[in-house]
Amino acid sequence: MAGTAVTPTRMVLNQLKGRLKTARRGHKLLKDKRDELMRQFMDVVKENKVLRERVEAGLTAAFSSLQVASAIMSPEMLEQALLYPRQSVELGMKFKNIMSVNVPQYSFTTKNNDPSEIYPYGFAQTSGELDDALDRMAKVFEDMLQLAQVEKTMQLLAEEIEKTRRRVNALEYVMIPELEENIKYITMKLEENENSTKVRLLKVKEMVLQDAHNYA
Amino acid sequence: MLKIAVIGGKDTVIGFKAVGLEACPASTVEEARQALRDLTKEGSDYAIIYIEEKLAQSLQHEIDRFKDSPAPAIILIPGREGSMGLGRQALRDAVERAVGTNILGD
Repeated sequence: MAGTAVTPTRMVLNQLKGRLKTARRGHKLLKDKRDELMRQFMDVVKENKVLRERVEAGLTAAFSSLQVASAIMSPEMLEQALLYPRQSVELGMKFKNIMSVNVPQYSFTTKNNDPSEIYPYGFAQTSGELDDALDRMAKVFEDMLQLAQVEKTMQLLAEEIEKTRRRVNALEYVMIPELEENIKYITMKLEENENSTKVRLLKVKEMVLQDAHNYA
Repeated sequence: MLKIAVIGGKDTVIGFKAVGLEACPASTVEEARQALRDLTKEGSDYAIIYIEEKLAQSLQHEIDRFKDSPAPAIILIPGREGSMGLGRQALRDAVERAVGTNILGD
């Protein structure tokens, strides 16, 4: 691995040292980013868990009310009653930046704000259970919207954490050790060269002295 | 303005329609797949798509395509028969992806 591609010169050594410094700093920054993302992620996960349970419970209740309603009324009547909804929802989406991850923030406006105005039918031919069902549906809807936001945030954060983790690991276990090894290799090679130069000079000096004074 | 859609069985979506969401009734997986593709087409303005778990479990591949993009959010909801736990599975998957292992312990 080491010494395969590097030329042992002082210039390359300086370059490698610079790169090692950058890699170390990048590693530290990414590690901090990962830790902070993880902290945010755990909050989101907890929130998601609570919301998911609430939505599932709410929906199950709403569905069972609807089931009762549909048992009392004929399917045609039920369909007719709900054929043309009176309520409509408009969704707004903004983005929030969490550690350079853009996560959506939803806001919604309903056309009818009066809670008693949501029933798209007259009360004469429908059962009270249907009103109940719609009521529950309308209530659980807000939680559902919240759930969508939290769940999307969670997915996006998970992706970013995965990416950051890979980068941290790549720097920590591949890039930095490799650079260190190369630097060590070059340092040793340079020292060796220096030693051989010194030895050569000593040898030359000896020869020159012998020539001049005829030492034995 | 952005819209919200629900894909599910006819009985499931009818309630959502009444509270003002766009309903896409689908009785088979194929119909659901088609509905999902229509809703996520380029330039469509659906920001959230709720899909019934029963249908979603066969469309996992299609749903995963949108996991990393900021919109649309595709969220699983339980159907009439109650929760199958797929929604919680999505949560576990996300944790496992981020942490590398399941630390929730369930």
